[in-house]
Order: sequence, then structure tokens, then C-alpha cells
Amino acid sequence: MVNAEIRIELKKGVADPEGANTKKALELLGFKGILGVKTVKMFSIELDMGAEEALAACEEMSRKLLANPVIQSYKIELK
Amino acid sequence: MGHNGVIKMDTKDIKVCVLRIEGTNCEDETNEAFRMLGASAETIHLKQLTSDVSPAMRRKLEDYHVLAFPGGFSAGDYVRAGAIFAARMKSALAGDLKKFVEAGKPVLGICNGFQILVELGLLPAMGQTMSEFPQSALYTNDSARFECRPTFLRHDNKGKCLFTSQVPFGKVLMIPSAHAEGNLKFPSDLQNKYLEKLEENDQIVFRYVNPNEDEISYPWCPNGSISQIAGICNEGGNVLGLMPHPERVMFRLQHPDWTRSKECPDGAGDGRAIFQSVLDNVKKSF
Repeated sequence: MVNAEIRIELKKGVADPEGANTKKALELLGFKGILGVKTVKMFSIELDMGAEEALAACEEMSRKLLANPVIQSYKIELK
Repeated sequence: MGHNGVIKMDTKDIKVCVLRIEGTNCEDETNEAFRMLGASAETIHLKQLTSDVSPAMRRKLEDYHVLAFPGGFSAGDYVRAGAIFAARMKSALAGDLKKFVEAGKPVLGICNGFQILVELGLLPAMGQTMSEFPQSALYTNDSARFECRPTFLRHDNKGKCLFTSQVPFGKVLMIPSAHAEGNLKFPSDLQNKYLEKLEENDQIVFRYVNPNEDEISYPWCPNGSISQIAGICNEGGNVLGLMPHPERVMFRLQHPDWTRSKECPDGAGDGRAIFQSVLDNVKKSF
């Protein structure tokens, strides 16, 4: 069994309104020195297969559903 | 398909498929918009097209003349808005869908439906019927909020789109918006190229404007969309996706100012022309 973590991030240059709003809210709460807030999405997927097969499956999952290549990039990590 | 102006079928013989999955919630209004104009609209679940049901429930996409993806949400809009609907449809029905579009049959996506069309690769689909991966994204509004209010749309299509043939070029329609992810984006390095191409192909159908059409910014453009685009069609003009909801303004009384206008409350609302245009075009074509 493999546990895969797929991290979906916004590509460089794509504005992140949710991150920007969170930064503003944190500053309103009094937190100082925040340079930037980014939102990322993480899927943790348990797979009943070997590492190589799991990597290929995750790659396909990312392309078919989890990431939109116009705005997002993905990183797969097997644990 | 031909545009020779000869009426070949009755409106009641036009079969409209309003397609939903778990969590879709604007299918009734969308169905009613087609029905009130005389078409035979049927709301079905995606599973009815993919044979996961009993034979009596089974439907075939090719038996319909018009396909409509209603607005609202789908599958909780988890992952990304419309992404789950699109991925499920594409894995089971990519071939049927391509055939449907290539036959010139109209496909409409409203709000979540637009997001589905973009995720499917049916819009903007430049140079092809359906791209393997999305060519654009409908991303979180600049405000990072759900924006729900009347919006003004200028009709910018020069005549290709089957859904707006009865809307004069440049006419401004009031069609309400209600979405959190309507910010149309292209790959950042290709943005200008894509925009030029869309203009060149006459694929831009609606742009957000303010009532005086001078300065166009938030809140008149609710989402920060590139070039204030609210709706686009494919190169063939038979696939339209738009964020605002035309099915919510079928009657004049659905306009926020109707009590101040002298118009009859039962008269046509600004959204009706979109449904009427496509039905009249289908009548002449199939």
C-alpha cells in the first residue's frame, strides 16, 4: 500500500484572491511581518498498488481531474 | 447544418436534454425556459447516458437536438467548479459529445455549465472540437467572494453564435450573475494571443458593461474576467458558455426595475431571446 500526496498549487503569475484576503484578515487580527499568503490544495490518496504504478495513477488523476493546467501545477509525493 | 431559413420542424419536436449530476440545482428553471417556448425538454441524470441504469431509464445523447448544462453547483464543486461533472462526462462520453458538437447541434452551458464546458475542453476549443486538456479556466473571482446581482451584458458577437441571432449586435441585456468562480483566464504566456484569436474567430459573445458603457470595472464586471468577458462560443458558434443566468430573466417581472417601467410584467425578459434564438435556429436546421 502506498500513500500519495498530491499538492496542487497556483502557477506563477496567477493571482490568489483567497490568499490575499487571508493575509488581510491575519493582519487585521494583529499579526505582523506577513510577506505573503498562498493557498494550496492537498489530496492524500491511499492506493493498493506498488510505487511505480501509484505514481503513474496519480499522474493520470492529476491530469484528468485534480489540476487545471491553465492555472495550476501539481506535485506528487509518495509516502 | 444549413441556414437557409426554411422551417423543417415544429418547436414541440425539438428535444432538449437538460443534463444534471448529483448536486445540480438550476435544472428546473433551465428546463422550464425551453418548455415555455414550446420545446420538449427533458431533465436527465448523466448516468442515464452512461448505461448505469435500467433499460427504461436509458437515454442516448444523439436522440436530442439541444444539450444544456444548467447552472448552480455540481458534485459540491469539489476539486474545482464543474471539474467532476466534466471529468465523468469526458471519460464516458467524449466520442458522443464530439459527434454532437460536430453535427452542429447547440450546446449551452450556464454558470456551472460554462465551467463544465471549459473543463471539458469544448470552450474555447480553438482549432478543434474538444481540446484534450482545458485551454482556459474559470477561476475564483478577484473579490474572492460569491457575487450575486443583476449584471449588464453587451452582445459582442457578429453573427456566428446560434444562441444570439435574435439579439442585435451591441445590445445590452440585463442578466443576473451568481457565482464565485467566473474569472476567465488563459495561460498567462498566451493570454494576448488567445484574446486576439477569439476576436478574430468571432467567439466572444457577451462582455460585462456598466449601464452607461463607459468605465467597466468592479462591481459591474463581477469577477475580474479578462477583457470583461461574460460568455464565449466555439468556432462553429453552436456551443455557448456564459456565467450569468438567462433562464432567470424569462419575464419582464424578473427584472429588478419592472415596477418602474411601463412594460407588461408578463412580457419577455432579457434572457428569453437566447432560448428563442437557438430554438428558431434548430427549427431551420434539422
